[in-house]
Amino acid sequence: MIEIEGAGKSFTLHNQGGAVIEVLAGASLAVAPGECVALTGASGAGKSTLMRMVYGNYLAQAGRIVVGGLDVVRASPREIVALRRHTLGYVSQFLRVVPRVATRDVVAEPLLAVGWAPEPARARAEALLARLNIPEALWGLSPTTFSGGEQQRVNIARGFAHDYPALLLDEPTASLDPVNREVVLGLIEAAKARGAAILGIFHDAEARARVCDRAVDVSVFAPRAA
Amino acid sequence: MSVQDPSQGCCKAAPLLAVRGVSKTYGGRVGCADVSFDLYPGEVMGIVGESGSGKSTLLNCLAGQMAPDAGEVIFDTRGAGPVDTLRMSEPERRMLARTDWAFVHQNPRDGLRMGVSAGGNVGERLMAVGARHYGDIRAQALDWLDRVEIAADRIDDRPSAFSGGMQQRLQIARNLVTGPRLVFMDEPTGGLDVSVQARLLDLMRGLVRGMGLSAIVVTHDLAVVRLLADRLMVMKGGRVVESGLTDQVLDDPQHGYTQLLVSSVLQV
Amino acid sequence: MTETEQYNFAYLDEQTKRMIRRTLLKALAIPGYQVPFASREMPMPYGWGTGGVQVTAAVLTPADSLKVIDQGADDTTNAVSIRKFFEKTAGVATTTRTGEASVIQTRHRIPEAPLGEGQILVYQVPIPEPLRFLEPRETETRKMHALEEYGLMHVKLYEDIARHGEIATAYAYPVRVEGRYVMDPSPIPKFDNPKMEMAAIQLFGAGREQRIYALPPYSRVVSLDFEDHPFEATKADHPCALCGAEGSYLDEVIVDDAGGRMFVCSDTDFCAGRRAAGHVGKEGGA
Repeated sequence: MIEIEGAGKSFTLHNQGGAVIEVLAGASLAVAPGECVALTGASGAGKSTLMRMVYGNYLAQAGRIVVGGLDVVRASPREIVALRRHTLGYVSQFLRVVPRVATRDVVAEPLLAVGWAPEPARARAEALLARLNIPEALWGLSPTTFSGGEQQRVNIARGFAHDYPALLLDEPTASLDPVNREVVLGLIEAAKARGAAILGIFHDAEARARVCDRAVDVSVFAPRAA
Repeated sequence: MSVQDPSQGCCKAAPLLAVRGVSKTYGGRVGCADVSFDLYPGEVMGIVGESGSGKSTLLNCLAGQMAPDAGEVIFDTRGAGPVDTLRMSEPERRMLARTDWAFVHQNPRDGLRMGVSAGGNVGERLMAVGARHYGDIRAQALDWLDRVEIAADRIDDRPSAFSGGMQQRLQIARNLVTGPRLVFMDEPTGGLDVSVQARLLDLMRGLVRGMGLSAIVVTHDLAVVRLLADRLMVMKGGRVVESGLTDQVLDDPQHGYTQLLVSSVLQV
Repeated sequence: MTETEQYNFAYLDEQTKRMIRRTLLKALAIPGYQVPFASREMPMPYGWGTGGVQVTAAVLTPADSLKVIDQGADDTTNAVSIRKFFEKTAGVATTTRTGEASVIQTRHRIPEAPLGEGQILVYQVPIPEPLRFLEPRETETRKMHALEEYGLMHVKLYEDIARHGEIATAYAYPVRVEGRYVMDPSPIPKFDNPKMEMAAIQLFGAGREQRIYALPPYSRVVSLDFEDHPFEATKADHPCALCGAEGSYLDEVIVDDAGGRMFVCSDTDFCAGRRAAGHVGKEGGA
């Protein structure tokens, strides 16, 4: 479902004397449907960078990154928009939403985008919010004023609303209490069971051991020192 | 019901607008130079750049408000398929401008008739295409005022009695009432305070998604394009220096100018 | 040398009259279209009918019989001045009888008696552009006429209904001529609009704005309206107090300091004719 072959990434800082920072070179891995792969490595090794490259958020300088048959490195913006809408979900660490939109609609939005009718989409969103223990009183409010933990759970609900065939998870259990951590791990297991290919970053070793089938150490993709 | 092949649907369609080599000079000065891109149905494209980068010149050339020196602006018309709007007769282009196209000005005073009531402003485009039933026109005006969150009892008030945010929402209603397929927006949130901007952005996002509109949004506000636009074109000195997926251009800018632009945004 | 011989016939020089006649021919060829012309200074202020006077001067021949009305009346200042002006400068016969006049210059009315072939009705026009109050740019209004973009005219009517519950425009009510040009009929009451489909030639002169337009006989003239608010040729709901006429346009006349009033025909010749034929209204006996 997700195939990375020889992907490389460097940042050129044009306004700082054209400094080139090499981050990754020759990164290769594959995630099959129903499989969960963890990215590991020290902080700064490039875990988040690689994940963002898969999402099309960072532009790879070399290699191929194929998700659901589409090479993200060479795809046009609208192909990536369609891929993200239908195939590739992403739970980031930060919630980024339009101010003023109610939490229930934030969560339902990915479903509306793939053609769900408003009523069932909203019902599914509410079910997810309930499962993640967001008090019903908050559903009608914008999540921009919520606490960090609440925002993180809204983000997870949004990421799991639509059954994406491929999912990227960036520290999904960070800043969660044990009860909600359990709920999130249950969601990940359910996604695997329905055949989703998952690529994740888990600092929580216990959680990683429980849901991940294998780990890939990103440090091996570090460019050789120049 | 939920999973679709991404190669289906949107990506098979023909472009709604195909722009080829559009250039405009003012004497020896470059307005915009050799701009080309395709815009597909339902896509929202942002054009960013600092003042004088040529983004408004480009928008005016695309929307038929200014004649470029060279290039083609090919629009997929309902009746006759793809037609170069620059070579259309003026009546055809003006007809397009009040049916399938819409233009939202930065200053609502440029896009509204300040001496005409809110209902008359919304109804004008309907009457321009032949609506001659007062009751129907008024009903549609009320429907649109509601959609842009203007209370029904303000329908007979003139825009001069409205706040800046309301004027801008009225301008949007006036433009969208004929169900256009392509909307040009020139700094639509410029001059509005932040809370009003947020409301307007939310509204525009909802309308763009709900009506399946394509839009070209010119702005210098990167936060606006992040929320509204699927993709981005960065202009400097009349030329496109970088383009791509909005979040990719903003989070991983490749060109030095874009890096400068992104890093110059004040953090809150 | 008589006083009349001190002037060229009908005041204007021959070259000017030729210029205006050419303009009139063009105006008649494109009904409702405003043709620019080189309006002259006249020995009267703008707003007193300088456009109408120039048109009348250009069409007048020594054999003509001229009638001049202002708001339907032959005896008001404006009408009397213009009639005297042409008596002095052209020496033509003048009349107050609608049926006997070959040229009628009017301000703000169409006579009640139907006009016939061979007659010419000349209107004084203050603002010829019907789109002016909504679109101040002349370049834009010309383009709108050229491209038949007349939606704005209905915006004006829409505003009327929104504000007053009905189309409150009572005079200068816009019309569409021969399905093409939208035209300002000059400030005649909308009661007169249906009469514009007539057998006589109608010429419109705007002196200050330097425009002439025209309607050939029997032109189709349609008053703009909405399907659910159709055009109505309204008038005060009274009979004439002097002649008892039911279907003529009326002036309201205040008769005392106590608010007493009466309604009388605005067309003085029509009213006088009816009274001569024996019709008497409520107060016509005194």
